[in-house]
Amino acid sequence: MSGTAAGVDARLPIRSDLDLVWVRQHVRQAAAAVGFGLVEQTKLVTAASELARNTLVYGGGGEVATERVQDGRGTHGLRLTFTDRGPGIPDLEQALSDGYTSGDGLGLGLGGARRLVHEFAIDSAPGSGTTVTVTSWADRPPRPREELR
Amino acid sequence: MPEHDTAARNAQNPTPTEEVGAFLSRRREQIAQRWADEPLFRAVFTVSRDEAVEAGRAIADALAQVAGSGRVEDTDGSGFTPVREQLAMTAASRARAGLTTAQISREVDALRVPAVDLLVADLPQASSEHVRECATTLTALMGTLRLVVMETSLTEGQALIDRQQVQLLEVATPVIRLWDGIVAVPLIGTLDSARSQVVMETLLESVVDQQARFAILDITGVPTVDSLVAQHLMKTVAAVRLMGAECVVSGIRPAIAQTIVHLGLDLPVVTRSSLADALAYALHRLGADIVSVTPGGAGPR
Repeated sequence: MSGTAAGVDARLPIRSDLDLVWVRQHVRQAAAAVGFGLVEQTKLVTAASELARNTLVYGGGGEVATERVQDGRGTHGLRLTFTDRGPGIPDLEQALSDGYTSGDGLGLGLGGARRLVHEFAIDSAPGSGTTVTVTSWADRPPRPREELR
Repeated sequence: MPEHDTAARNAQNPTPTEEVGAFLSRRREQIAQRWADEPLFRAVFTVSRDEAVEAGRAIADALAQVAGSGRVEDTDGSGFTPVREQLAMTAASRARAGLTTAQISREVDALRVPAVDLLVADLPQASSEHVRECATTLTALMGTLRLVVMETSLTEGQALIDRQQVQLLEVATPVIRLWDGIVAVPLIGTLDSARSQVVMETLLESVVDQQARFAILDITGVPTVDSLVAQHLMKTVAAVRLMGAECVVSGIRPAIAQTIVHLGLDLPVVTRSSLADALAYALHRLGADIVSVTPGGAGPR
């Protein structure tokens, strides 16, 4: 495991339920360090929790990289990249729709996580694993509804 | 000492292991004195140097005994038994000071150099090949010591984790009777599958025991409510309903409320922001409203 508990730029393994706890705590600390308010912290941590669990349950384990980013206007943000080498997602549109699950969850994880962050990107194909990248910015209102597909 | 006898018997032609064992016993005092000046001992025994020397003597004795047994690479050797506790304490002390396992390992390895120096100086008459063999043996023996230190510190760490896991289960979930027919569970920490199962069982049992009409699930102490936590909550709520009681989820903080909305979660259950509100709701439904005493009547007498 590289990085430190309080570090912003780090790479954490996701291999067990205990790792999920660690990921949540790390993301909360990193978000606080970047300057997120309590609501944005909670939203990002919840999104991270959903995506990390997907990585564990559907991707068969993987890792998350956290990185501090800055936009052109000097706003700080936090980018999380979840990577697994699992079976991949055959139908992204379906996977992102609320209520759809290939397991026994509520089917809100992926779509819910997308609504909880400012930027969301997913890259997946059957057999080649899945990479989900999310970014949230401190001091920026939630993205407008029409951006949602 | 037995090593001495062995060494004496083979005085003409001792094996490297016997030679090293005899050397460790013979030069015990010098070795301990040199070790007391090494970073590992200086950092651990801060009160007095005598203490460090004493610890060094104990380790030298242990190594001499292991060499005497002839198995210099056996980390389970009985020779290490008397010093295991001391080694564990030493490693734990360095770990507390913030050193990584690798750094501690290097500090233990640093003890090898003065010991080998003394060994070489102690064998002026021996052939260079014999000296080399003895030095190799001593190096192997010090490597074993290093492994023993790592092993004891890992065992310590595992024991600590085991104790903490047992502690965590004890923290689990008390079910509190708030009023006749009203029970509450303050949920704290991570609500994973195993813990939510424990919560559901204890809650359902107490609904029966207390003949409760209302069960309040307070999530003030749950830092993250994601879809899995919500799913566990809803399963508990459904089970409580099947028992004929009504559930109230309380302790929903503003940040959690916003998150739940964005996540798209629908909580088909009565919710309240605080435990007090939830209790007032349940009391009201039981027909036991809390009312203010008429003005002037509640003053101190």
